[in-house]
Amino acid sequence: MDYFLELLLGGLTRGSIYALIALGYTMVYGIIELINFAHGEIYMIGAFTALIVASVLTMSGMGGLSVLILASVVAVIYSAAYGFTVEKIAYKPLRQAPRLSPLISAIGMSIFLQNYVLIAQTSDFLPFPSLIPDLPFMEPYSHIIGPAELIIVLTTAAVTLILTVFIKFTKIGKAMRATAQDRNMAMLLGVNVNKVISSTFIIGSALAAIGGVLIASHIGRINFYIGFIAGIKAFTAAVLGGIGSIPGAVLGGLILGWTESFATGYVSSDYEDVFAFLLLVLILIFRPAGLLGRSPIQKV
Amino acid sequence: MKNLLETKNLSMVFGGLRAISQVDLDVRQGEIVALIGPNGAGKTTLFNCITGIYSPTEGDIFIFPPEKEKKRINGIMINKATELGIARTFQNIRLFPGMSVLENVMIGRHCRSRSGVFGAVVRDASTRHEEQEIIDFSYQMLLKVDLADQVNEMAKNLPYGAQRRLEIARAMATEPFLLLLDEPAAGMNPRETQELKELIDRIRKEEGISILMIEHDMKMVMGVSDRIFVLDYGEKIAEGTPGEIRENPVVIKAYLGEDFSVNA
Amino acid sequence: MKALTELKKSIVVAVWFMFLTFPIMVIRVNTIEKIIEWRWRNMIFIGVGSFLFSFLWRYLLERKQKQQEVQKGTRSWGTLILEEPKIYRPLLAVFALFVLVFPFIFSTYQTNIMTTALMYVILGLGLNIVVGLAGLLDLGYVAFYAVGAYSYALINYHFGLGFWAVLPVGALLAAFFGILLGFPVLRLRGDYLAIVTLGFGEIIRLILENWNAFSFGPSGIAHIPRPGLLGLNLTLNESIVYMYYLIILFCLLTIFIINRLQDSRIGRAWIALREDEIACQAMGIDKTKTKLTAFALGATWAGMVGVIFAAKTTFVNPASFTFLESAMILSIVVLGGMGSIVGVFIAAMILILTPEYLRAFSNYRMLLFGAVMVLMMVFRPQGIVPNVRRTYKFRIPEKEVR
Repeated sequence: MDYFLELLLGGLTRGSIYALIALGYTMVYGIIELINFAHGEIYMIGAFTALIVASVLTMSGMGGLSVLILASVVAVIYSAAYGFTVEKIAYKPLRQAPRLSPLISAIGMSIFLQNYVLIAQTSDFLPFPSLIPDLPFMEPYSHIIGPAELIIVLTTAAVTLILTVFIKFTKIGKAMRATAQDRNMAMLLGVNVNKVISSTFIIGSALAAIGGVLIASHIGRINFYIGFIAGIKAFTAAVLGGIGSIPGAVLGGLILGWTESFATGYVSSDYEDVFAFLLLVLILIFRPAGLLGRSPIQKV
Repeated sequence: MKNLLETKNLSMVFGGLRAISQVDLDVRQGEIVALIGPNGAGKTTLFNCITGIYSPTEGDIFIFPPEKEKKRINGIMINKATELGIARTFQNIRLFPGMSVLENVMIGRHCRSRSGVFGAVVRDASTRHEEQEIIDFSYQMLLKVDLADQVNEMAKNLPYGAQRRLEIARAMATEPFLLLLDEPAAGMNPRETQELKELIDRIRKEEGISILMIEHDMKMVMGVSDRIFVLDYGEKIAEGTPGEIRENPVVIKAYLGEDFSVNA
Repeated sequence: MKALTELKKSIVVAVWFMFLTFPIMVIRVNTIEKIIEWRWRNMIFIGVGSFLFSFLWRYLLERKQKQQEVQKGTRSWGTLILEEPKIYRPLLAVFALFVLVFPFIFSTYQTNIMTTALMYVILGLGLNIVVGLAGLLDLGYVAFYAVGAYSYALINYHFGLGFWAVLPVGALLAAFFGILLGFPVLRLRGDYLAIVTLGFGEIIRLILENWNAFSFGPSGIAHIPRPGLLGLNLTLNESIVYMYYLIILFCLLTIFIINRLQDSRIGRAWIALREDEIACQAMGIDKTKTKLTAFALGATWAGMVGVIFAAKTTFVNPASFTFLESAMILSIVVLGGMGSIVGVFIAAMILILTPEYLRAFSNYRMLLFGAVMVLMMVFRPQGIVPNVRRTYKFRIPEKEVR
């Protein structure tokens, strides 16, 4: 039973991270119908930035919670800046191009960013400082859930809540929904579509950075390649839940997290990544609109 | 006269929106039928149901291909509809922009030819023969729509009116018995519209193809069609000859407040 | 005045990129020895580089917009050369001669590199059917390549069959996998297809890596025989040269077949599908069947080259079949020009030979591939040598007929 509980909580943690990254995919797809392949790389850059900032701060004598907060804030700012820039360079000039073009551009961007970090930093795994402090009140339950897991799950819950409120009630959130519905109509009604798209990338990237910091301090090591696999898995989560749907991304993330957790726990850990891909292929074949998504109406 | 197309009680619902509601419509052999109505009345949706792009929510669509059995075609594959002899054009022109004018029409011959990968690589006698036939037939179609001097031009480089005509040629290359034209005169000047009218007349007369068209240009509609169906908010509000439609108070009412009037 | 605003824009860009790349480019931490390395020089490079690059960027963007307005009439020099027999025939003859005598002028090392480059030409041409002609973004192309390579390795290991016997088997097996994957996923929209094929490619690689009993895991399979020539005993050098001519032969065969496919009923259907899916179906083309043909044919080529690859290197392991390999082949197609045979040829030569000969570049190889994909899509989506559609001549003026 303990083993089951462990897998359940492990899946929940894992799934929360997928959900955080999946939110970025889903938001961008909802607005410009593009799989932002570079999104995983934004997450990776977030983790690297946090690692660098945290190391510099620790070496200069700072410690504790302030390092975690500072590193996270800088990581979020930088990831957002990267997301913003990537959109301006690789996607904005291609708004009117055939669908294949931005997709190829996105893949190119992803490969470019991976190798940019590889060359500027290192190809080795870097140990990531465990920034999340021990919580004394958690001590009795430590065999089931650690403080890092708890913080990851709580953060994801909080972020999703804030994002939902943001999209529902703020002006820019409403503009986003309008743009997602019909870009041309939104433009006619005076929505600044460029601004909406930029904000989508900024918000999505910021969420990815939060995911990056959390997972890196949970797992304890990072390299330039973590974004690629995480990106595909988060995309799987987004599709699973129904791409374009925010609750869908969270649901998809959790289902994927549990699938992986139980499959590796009870079946085989060699094929960890295969399960995610298999789930992706199956969901696309049998329910391409996802669990909470609706099939789009073909416009002719 | 024999019916070619019949819709019975046809409805299409998107979420909560009834785009078309219990529409009965028919096209008879050798007719030119117009489908009119204000924007958003469900005209293109009806076309999409007939050509297999949408699967209607309720009702039936029957076709009666010449020399073949009556067939119910609800939710048929798009390409099957074309194979059965229903061809169409699109409201916002959908050519293959990066292909030449001739090749665009040659695509229309696809469903009337057979050769596969093996033939393509080996180029045996029958493949070469078929290819030549495709080219000749397509060229004939271009002659009909007066585009024969632009065979090698890229489709995207044609002027607007010519693109509309190319779409018609491409549709005719599939050898349909029924041609659906979605706003063929949209964006054309009066001279081009006049030529289009003559072209449509000729298609019916010389090819024996019956035509169902959506059109906003009332002069054209009144001048060319045998019968007219009027849709409003997804429902059929009237049908009849141009003369009857012109006098119909319901139709006039539906069009009041719209920016065009029926005075052709 | 205009110059001043341009200058201002570039300064803003330079400052932005200096800020953006600051943590990654400037700071490097060694967490074990607790040293921080500050590389301020990089910041200067980035500043100057992005300052200059932003001028180029805006210039190219402007030029592209102007070209879109002109659109008609202007044809690039590349197209001109390809269309004028007086120019391309002698060029082709010289080129053919060069290719034929290549192994006698250059060392076997060079010949070997050229063989590799030509293998990528074939892979590029194969993927070009799928991406360039049919417009299906296949990111798992390498999976079919792996199927081919492992078919040869495993069939040879277990049953001792030789290169020529396995070549068609490998190609067919790859085609079979192509159909197996294609059948369910080709109904999906283009971007989903991209990610499913990517996933499929990774699944194949992970299986090869982990299923030791079947594929011998990460250590791979060694001692795969090179192709035989009429039972002769070839020395290593001789067999490298033989391999070179073999690959030339395959290259020619591929070009011949793809050229014919392009101008056939099937080829036209692929292109139409790429241009407009709905209109294509409305013209009576069976979308799934047409896509499946393209997908399976592309896979066939990958499988064939896979067998050749295994025979050439005499060793296969999963590390040769990562996503980066797929990305590399894709950037060849993108750089060369979708659907363009000559373009793919030139692009493969540039992308494979440059890092090979300019060793300084080899670290930047993947960076280059990524940048190529983005820049080509933004500035020249038709590739370096755009595909030219066939023209038709009609001699009889039949205008009066109607």
